[in-house]
Amino acid sequence: MAARGLRRAGPLGISALALLVLVIVLALVAPLIWQQRADAINAAEILRGPSGAHPAGTDLLGRDIFARVLVATRLSVGLALLATVLGVTAGLLVGATTAVLGRRAGRWIGTLINITVAFPNLLLALFFAVIFGVGAKGAVLAIGFATAPGFARITQTLASGVAGRDFIAAARIAGVGRFRILTRHVLPNIAEPLVVTATIAMGGAMLAFASLSFLGLGVQAPSYDWGRLLGEGLQQIYIHPAGALIPGLAVVLAAMAFNLSGEVVARAIGLRSTSTGTLGDPPPPAPSDPMPEADALLAVHNLQVSFPGVRPVRGVSLSLRRGEAVGIVGESGSGKSLTALAIARLIEPPGEVTADRLEFLGEDLRGDVSAHRRLLGTSLAMVFQDPMTSLNPVQRVGRQLAEVVRTHQRADRRTAWARAVDRLSAVRIADAAKRAGQLPHEFSGGMRQRAMIGMGVMANPALVIADEPTTALDVTVQKQVLQLLQNIRSAENVGLLFISHDVTVVGQVCERVLVMYAGRIVEDLPASALREHARHPYTRALVAAVPDMETDRNLPLAVIPGRPPDPRDLPVGCAFAARCPLATDRCREEDPPLDSLETGRRVACWHAEQTVPHLSLIKGEQS
Amino acid sequence: MRALTFENVTVRFGSRRRGTVAVDDVSLVVPAGQVVGLVGESGSGKSTLARAAVGLAPLTAGRITPSARGRHVQMVFQDPYSALDPRMSIGESIAEAMPSVDRAEVARLLELVGLPADRARDRPHLLSGGQRQRVALARALAGNPEVIIADEITSALDVSIQGAVLNVVRELQRRMNLTMLFISHNLAVVRYVSDIVAVMREGKIVEYGPVDEVLGDPRHEYTRELLAAVPRPAH
Repeated sequence: MAARGLRRAGPLGISALALLVLVIVLALVAPLIWQQRADAINAAEILRGPSGAHPAGTDLLGRDIFARVLVATRLSVGLALLATVLGVTAGLLVGATTAVLGRRAGRWIGTLINITVAFPNLLLALFFAVIFGVGAKGAVLAIGFATAPGFARITQTLASGVAGRDFIAAARIAGVGRFRILTRHVLPNIAEPLVVTATIAMGGAMLAFASLSFLGLGVQAPSYDWGRLLGEGLQQIYIHPAGALIPGLAVVLAAMAFNLSGEVVARAIGLRSTSTGTLGDPPPPAPSDPMPEADALLAVHNLQVSFPGVRPVRGVSLSLRRGEAVGIVGESGSGKSLTALAIARLIEPPGEVTADRLEFLGEDLRGDVSAHRRLLGTSLAMVFQDPMTSLNPVQRVGRQLAEVVRTHQRADRRTAWARAVDRLSAVRIADAAKRAGQLPHEFSGGMRQRAMIGMGVMANPALVIADEPTTALDVTVQKQVLQLLQNIRSAENVGLLFISHDVTVVGQVCERVLVMYAGRIVEDLPASALREHARHPYTRALVAAVPDMETDRNLPLAVIPGRPPDPRDLPVGCAFAARCPLATDRCREEDPPLDSLETGRRVACWHAEQTVPHLSLIKGEQS
Repeated sequence: MRALTFENVTVRFGSRRRGTVAVDDVSLVVPAGQVVGLVGESGSGKSTLARAAVGLAPLTAGRITPSARGRHVQMVFQDPYSALDPRMSIGESIAEAMPSVDRAEVARLLELVGLPADRARDRPHLLSGGQRQRVALARALAGNPEVIIADEITSALDVSIQGAVLNVVRELQRRMNLTMLFISHNLAVVRYVSDIVAVMREGKIVEYGPVDEVLGDPRHEYTRELLAAVPRPAH
């Protein structure tokens, strides 16, 4: 665990941690070893430059500056630590109370925190130094209380993020007290970022303390810390600069040690959820059926999408004719959305797309994306699930639509706007001229999705790719949006690639359905065959698992036992074998290719000829 | 188990003048041992009604019995990934909802929702979405509630898992004779689990009745509109 952590930390992290250890060890042992040397006054050696005996020279009383810098580590680090602990504790208490108190009191404290955060830290420290008096005690309190508001603010923000989650609501309903919720649920869930922030605050406190001592507001003689040594050294900087440089260097190094360690910890936490591996397995064989089609609008053969360590799309082949509606159905993680993004060339690095063939309107889309930008911008439209994040919230809807033709067809502003209004009314937005001048938040969810579709058809596309376009919408609105897609398709002979997790919706909208499982197409069949005549056991189970308006309420629903395989660790044979009632040894050893069964039908199953005798076979109680 | 009753319940957010009325004078009964399916579109107020029943939304007017105080009403939420504390084992999460910690009872509840008892020590990240919803269901049952509210509990699940969770809900309800308010925007799902259906729109209940009657012969125009919008597979 520790070794792996170090490897992840990299050279920067290792040096930061080494520096941190050095600083801490020095703080502990330096006074024990060098105290006498640091305090020894030697009138014969006043203000000497660096030499073998005195690496950083001597000061006004002939004391060894290097020894003094080493000895001062304890006081400098100790005081900064004390100030940080004070600031973090105070901040944590204030910030966390906002989560415990009621809404109104919480808001008042929040306002107070916001006001104090607005003051610059150093100014606040100077102000407190005046109140608490000049000296180490005053400086600790000053820096502590100057750190507190920022920390309170972070605690409050993090806590309110956690407080909104359902498990807090569940604990409240279960009668768990507020204080207990804070200690058991809220604090453990925000501890990691707080520890990181505290470490970085420590670095800040070191600098602030050095500044205060340097200004004469911190540690007072005869005690000394780095800030004070720096101040003393600075008076003689023209005689021998080492006396100022060495304490200055000490401050910088120690502050860096804390800041960098904080960042290393932060990065380690951030990385913990993702792990990188290498792709050990060879690329899977190309599916046997290339399906050449003369009038294909879109032709994809052996499409693969890979990210470091994982290949979520493993050889997808499909074709789509003008005016045809093809659906891709699958569960989350099946690779259906990535397939759509890969076709639209929207996969960003480190994602990688390869294909034996990727043609749209006869043009090879592989290679440099910028070469195809115009074709993709005008002939291919993409509609996403979340209409709110797809539209720019601060730009008028009409302008966003107009931009499409202004960019790709060099239309002038007035023509583009007129086209935008026309397209908005084409997607049945009432009073389109007025609506075009509104911002996205003035639109309802359904209207936004229709506006997105309107944007898609600004430039007469040949293909619309819709990725879960109605999942976020209510059923009545969903009906309108589906109808709209249907109208555009028939009126303008546009191809539609419709991606959804919902078998029923896909079956209703599309003529042909591709079923995806673990990154591959396992069945390609006419939508009309979906309900009764599917061949792949997964397709059958998927259809049977969804209740519809005719499902027998007295029988349990069909269930697919187990869960989809981890894309990082796929089995050798058929990916569905572990959950399949028909699986044999062959299934577990050999991955079945997607073979043509009859015209227009393909299936990847060794037992496609065999019908599942009883659906009850695939009933289980594990999901 | 006893009935859950809403009497003239109003929930208003914001001030009297400029605020919005999320639930508008709703009276609704979930009879003891029965499942009432509450359907409606987003913004209809169905989730607010549920949250009012467990004390997460303040009542502006009206009365709900049993009261939210004292663990009588428990709730299962929509998002399986937010429902369990990632820092606690699922056994601890379930035990927290009990009056006093009882390991044997945690094991019994896990078995009840179809999970092996030895998974009590697992953290939530080891569980699938469907398994998490089962744990959330077990936690809701842990306090021996009189009423369970399920708010869109299968909406975030994949279809292959949704079926398993619905089976558990249906079976538990029948076996333990639970009183349940089952909220969903999916009419087919509501039809499958409920005895009675209530249709909500703009903060009001517009139709209420036995599931076969309401879905077979809807009286309110809005119910008809909802039914017409249900996607039907091509035959």
